[in-house]
Amino acid sequence: MIEIRDLHKSFADKKVLQGVNLVIEPGQTTTIIGGSGSGKSVLFKHIIGLMKPDSGSILVEGEDITKMRESDLYRMVDKFGMVFQSGALFDSLSVGANVAFGIKNRKDMDAAAIDLIIERSLNQVGLSDIAQLLPAELSGGMKKRVAIARVIAKEPAIIMFDEPTTGLDPIMADMINELIIKVSADPGITSIVITHDMVSAYKISDKIAVLFEGEIIETGSPEEIRNTKNAVVRQFIEGKAEGPIKIR
Amino acid sequence: MRLNRIGQPLSSFARKSGEIFILTVKAIALIFKRPFNFRLIESHLYLDGIKSIPVIFLMAVFTGGVLALQSYYGLQRFGAEVFTGSLVGVSLTKELIPVLTGLMLAGRVSASYSAEIGTMVVTEQVDALFTFGVNPVKYLVSPRLIALVIMTPLLTLFGDFVGIMGGRLVAALVVHQNPNLFDSQLFVSLEIWDVLSGLIKSVFFGLTIAVIGSYFGLKTEGGAKGVGQATTTAVVVSSVIILVSDFFWTKILPFSLR
Repeated sequence: MIEIRDLHKSFADKKVLQGVNLVIEPGQTTTIIGGSGSGKSVLFKHIIGLMKPDSGSILVEGEDITKMRESDLYRMVDKFGMVFQSGALFDSLSVGANVAFGIKNRKDMDAAAIDLIIERSLNQVGLSDIAQLLPAELSGGMKKRVAIARVIAKEPAIIMFDEPTTGLDPIMADMINELIIKVSADPGITSIVITHDMVSAYKISDKIAVLFEGEIIETGSPEEIRNTKNAVVRQFIEGKAEGPIKIR
Repeated sequence: MRLNRIGQPLSSFARKSGEIFILTVKAIALIFKRPFNFRLIESHLYLDGIKSIPVIFLMAVFTGGVLALQSYYGLQRFGAEVFTGSLVGVSLTKELIPVLTGLMLAGRVSASYSAEIGTMVVTEQVDALFTFGVNPVKYLVSPRLIALVIMTPLLTLFGDFVGIMGGRLVAALVVHQNPNLFDSQLFVSLEIWDVLSGLIKSVFFGLTIAVIGSYFGLKTEGGAKGVGQATTTAVVVSSVIILVSDFFWTKILPFSLR
């Protein structure tokens, strides 16, 4: 379980997170939705330890990662896998080397075992015969799928997806949604997704949390969010320009 | 208001100096921590060292040549042109080749480090390294530091040899000085400490280029503009450090002022 308690973060005078409280249940897919600039990415970076908060705590399986020493943080991050919005594939490495990146230093694996994992992970995301290609030779959708394969290969307990469908055509976006559902089907895997794509959020989530002005203002099942009375949430999920959310 | 105008750049300079020092210490400490990235070191030795040979060759041969030409005519005014070989040898090995090699590498390598690492920062590849439990300093900075600390003195030594040969060639072909006279004066004057003082400086220059290039790369913000700014800053700062520290090295090294 991941428990976020009263998390605050500011950059200069700009308050980005203003007391985020959220519980992410194990084995479920929790989606954090919110508009651009609502602090979703900043919250994500805190959950995995890439940023330190000004105050508040994040408990991952009972351990507060905000107070960890660097060496302990590297041990903790081994439980996580993150699919970045842009894919963040290492562009100097081939697709195969990217997929093997999280496992190449494992002492219990020889080259043949690693090759097998590369092939299996790429097959799981519907790709084959591309291990020798460089990331620059891939389309946007392929990059996202390779990024998912890279995380699958590492077999983490917690997978984080940062805007997984942004910038993709509807068919590719749906394929990525199906992949997230498939990957998250394992009861041992906890998935956390940030998105502003409501089609995706309704399809993949067990629980949806709405982030607005640095706070979680509502949580619930997709059905509960769909039927919410909260005017801010309604405006966001219905995608209306008019309403309590002021566009800056 | 006026105090603030002075104070802000000063505090920024102090903060950055501290961060660069910490990055250097971290990068050195992480060299000795497993797993060892021999492939990365090998790749940087080739890309940043071996591939710099042509540019160092050109710089050295023409520097040696022009120094021989200037020295010959300058010394001729006092009837001392026989000492051309001495002047060329000592000036090149002690001062010119180490500093110019440092500046060439600052332009070629420091720029490439900051651009490559900066691009990795803005495309979240550095964050991705962390999510795989890989320390970005160990993966990106330490191998570059090792490669340049090894290659800069080697390239300097290569430059010393090529520069002297360039001077000898110009002395023989342009001002028609007897090559044997050039050689005899060179060997009479040039001491092992002249070459060593240049090589010691070049080790520090290599470290500076690697750390400064990596530091400004890691600090890149924004997109393409940020990468461009990081690259420019890295080249300017590493060049300035090389030029300023050269003076202090010359004062500090006990045999460099002999």
